[in-house]
Amino acid sequence: MIPVGFEYARPDSVDGALALLAEHGDDATIMAGGHSLLPVMKLRLAAPELIVDIGRLRELNYIRVDGDEVAIGAGTRHHDVEVSDVLAAEVPLLPAVARTVGDPQVRHRGTLGGSLAHGDPASDLPAAVLALDATIVLRSPRGERTVPATEFWTGVFTTAKEPDELIVEIRVPRTGSAGWAYEKFTRRANDWAIVAVAVVDGRVGLVNMGSTPLRASATEAALAEGRSIADAAALAGEGTEPPTDTAGTPEYRRNLARVLTRRALETAAGR
Amino acid sequence: MSIMGTRVVRVEDPVFLTRGATYTDDLTDERLSGALHLTLVRSPIAHATITSIDVEAAREAPGVVAVLTGADIDLPAPLLFGGAPKQMVRPWLATERVRFVGEPVAAVLTEERYQGPDAAELVDVDYEPLPAVVDVREALKDENLLFPDAGTNTCSVYNKEDPDPDFFADCEVVVTREIINQRVAAASLETRAASAVWGDDGRCTLFVSNQNAQGARDEVAGWLGVDASQIHVILPDVGGGFGAKIGADPEFALVAWLARHTGRPVRWSESRSENMTGMVQGRDQRQTITIGGSRDGRVKAYRLDVIADAGAYPRLGVFLPVFTRMMAPGTYDIEKVDSRATVVVTNTTSTAAYRGAGRPEATSAIERAMDLFAAEIGMDPAEVRKINVVAPEKFPFTTKGGVEYDSGEYAKAIDLALEASDYATLREVQKARRERGDAKQIGIGVSSYVEITGGGAFVENASVEVHADGTALVWTGTSPHGQGHATAWAMLASEQLGIPVEKITVRHGDTDHVPEGGGTMGSRSLQTGGVAVHQASLELIDLAKQRAAEILEASVEDLEVDTTNAAIVVRGAPGSPTVTFAQLAEREELKVKTVWDGKKATFPFGSHVAVVEVDTETGKVTVERIWAVDDAGPVLNPLLCEGQRHGGIAQGIAQAMLEEVVFDPDGQPLTATFADYGFPSAAELPSFDLVTMETPTPINPLGFKGIGEAGTIGSAPAVQSAVVDALAHLGIRHIDMPTTPLRVWEAIQDAVKEDG
Repeated sequence: MIPVGFEYARPDSVDGALALLAEHGDDATIMAGGHSLLPVMKLRLAAPELIVDIGRLRELNYIRVDGDEVAIGAGTRHHDVEVSDVLAAEVPLLPAVARTVGDPQVRHRGTLGGSLAHGDPASDLPAAVLALDATIVLRSPRGERTVPATEFWTGVFTTAKEPDELIVEIRVPRTGSAGWAYEKFTRRANDWAIVAVAVVDGRVGLVNMGSTPLRASATEAALAEGRSIADAAALAGEGTEPPTDTAGTPEYRRNLARVLTRRALETAAGR
Repeated sequence: MSIMGTRVVRVEDPVFLTRGATYTDDLTDERLSGALHLTLVRSPIAHATITSIDVEAAREAPGVVAVLTGADIDLPAPLLFGGAPKQMVRPWLATERVRFVGEPVAAVLTEERYQGPDAAELVDVDYEPLPAVVDVREALKDENLLFPDAGTNTCSVYNKEDPDPDFFADCEVVVTREIINQRVAAASLETRAASAVWGDDGRCTLFVSNQNAQGARDEVAGWLGVDASQIHVILPDVGGGFGAKIGADPEFALVAWLARHTGRPVRWSESRSENMTGMVQGRDQRQTITIGGSRDGRVKAYRLDVIADAGAYPRLGVFLPVFTRMMAPGTYDIEKVDSRATVVVTNTTSTAAYRGAGRPEATSAIERAMDLFAAEIGMDPAEVRKINVVAPEKFPFTTKGGVEYDSGEYAKAIDLALEASDYATLREVQKARRERGDAKQIGIGVSSYVEITGGGAFVENASVEVHADGTALVWTGTSPHGQGHATAWAMLASEQLGIPVEKITVRHGDTDHVPEGGGTMGSRSLQTGGVAVHQASLELIDLAKQRAAEILEASVEDLEVDTTNAAIVVRGAPGSPTVTFAQLAEREELKVKTVWDGKKATFPFGSHVAVVEVDTETGKVTVERIWAVDDAGPVLNPLLCEGQRHGGIAQGIAQAMLEEVVFDPDGQPLTATFADYGFPSAAELPSFDLVTMETPTPINPLGFKGIGEAGTIGSAPAVQSAVVDALAHLGIRHIDMPTTPLRVWEAIQDAVKEDG
């Protein structure tokens, strides 16, 4: 439970963080809330040489309406997402999902950008961001670029982010009154989801149904064709390769995806 | 006014809630200054021969003082359970073969703790993997032996007689089923820890996290080959044990040996990951239950066949099937009872006591059997139980397990639970949901249980001393680690002496102060240690009266205690001279030391009714309500008693629906972190409805039985039964614990397939 020794830097600006990343490349690991990174370091599954702590960069902590979107700073804590009036009005799915992450301690430390960058397919927020058709803003000394959420996750714990890049912002379309729901299935309240389903405006994001967060595209297509919720939900497991562990088999997870998708679509339709 | 039966707030809590506890790892005792820190290199492989261990690189690492392997240790490897074959000894550090993931292979001593894990990574061990034996049936085949010298994987057989083929001959109905009482982890929030220092007097002071200082002292002394008087065990605050901290761990003796070897104090505290493979685990019985009787609901014959898993090195787990066999018939008056048990070693963590220790396994088995029998004859499971329980007029009742139940009213307990839960209405709600075909069905489970408390350890020590300032000091041989003895024992002394609870200090867990003691385990404390404090208080009064008689110029027979003033007074003579205990103590030490011997175990009992909701589309089980009748005799302090029941019920529910230690076929643990191991939080549990029932035991003057494990024993079968009951309309008769969503869903799929 004692990690391998490491260097620690706490730059006082995003530019300072980027400079450190540029200098140290793969040897540097960004830490925001630390609630994903520190446990794996303590288990000695990760041994970064340099930790760049961006957890106190206030310039990354904001939620504001910007045209058709809500711009969220990457360093915004889950708790701040959870209690945001702006998000409650403009993107109500996101606070609802944030509320299911871990426990209050985790939610006061963990950040939206950190969750997306970590890329755990069992995490809640990536699938929600995916269902929201959000855009991820990355910055490096080379400049800024945006990546659609649909292209951000490339494999288990891997993303389109380059080593010298930092997620600085997440841009989420304002969904307003569009129906939404989040169905998270766990054994215990603060567990990772065995499977979860985020629904908003006819789009469906799946948690823990493969190596990355996924969209249930067959379900979305069926809904677009005007088929019933029951029929569309029955397709939620199509094209997925869910993992096997002590909590579930692929067959069981596909069942959960179908059931939870149906329930989420029903809830969304009622909103 | 009597303090007995009142809700005295725990005197322990202000410190725990403000400064916090002082666990073994928190000690700043100056005897430990300059201590070395022990890090153990543990095997990552379940079964392998060790071809080489290279410690040279580790010796060069920063802060390393010594790196030792088994070859460096000049102590015979101990047999951790006396009844096991003598070849099944556990090496201090494995040299030739490792037998479970987590087995210590090398010891690294560093100046600072953080240096240990870095150096440990540099110890290079070559392993030649052997086939792992994980399943008990595989172990029984003796094809792959853990201890080739022993010639077998079997470490104990209880009842070698062949089963009588005609045992069930006169039964109209016979049902048999193999069920699993799964392995669970105690997962105490304080992991194991030990610190040792040898003094110039040749004695070792050993601080450990344990449930019994005296037992730990004797075991460590035995392993080190020194006299018990050379070891002084001190227990700091202990953060939970649940049975897993009974007896010494071999690591304790290793720490003491290393301290002697290096001439410096040594400290050790394990990580959570080490704890989840290194600390003993509980339960783990493969059971075959067979029950027979007549269609009118009368059970005539019951057979329980057990294969128990001892893990890699036999420990207390080898003994526990004895309790399981003793309690096999449960609360029922069954004409014929037969049981046998075989215990085998496997390439897994060793097993030992876990809240209930052998009795919950018996209860779960007979309760499943009762449900299966009820389902087979189409009778209500509560009714079948009431037909078969031991009638109240039969007590003391000697069972077919050869045990004498002291007192009980089993049918009354069931009735109280049924009444509290409004059982008939619950059945109506269930019927309505079934008729509607709801996705979420409810199930109702009823358990009836009896268990042994204070089993085998009937003797306990206590001393009570009153000081000149009016305070009192109680020393006890029991060993609280969360139960609240400081409050309870103070109440018992206060009741007799009239000294307020806040002026009474209760101490424990120091073998120099209390050389004899049985510790806290098996729900024994109140009925042994508590009664000993009661007895010591009475003896102290006798002593005080003898001394007061002279002062007050009255005969001893005319004296009594004035509990309002903590004084000895002359009976019926208000206004005459009195003398307080404090005044007597001022003249001469006022102290007694006593030993209580209850000579027999007691048998608490009860009945639980659980209601669960099962989501048939996902398999998710939610415990909606649980009503618990837990009768352990008169209640000394309802607050403490309810705390024991709450914790116990939670632990039983957890076994029924969440917790299971899982190893893969190679013996790799899959549940070695709290993310993977399913122990519950408050969010997974309902509020508990506790129903009062108090039937005293004649075994001790206060009528006390033990309450520590009762909740666990009653709740697990009730919840498991409720889950099965929720799905009974699909033809499901049994689902093994834990009833996880996956397992429940798969059972539903199988049932639907069979039906289709």
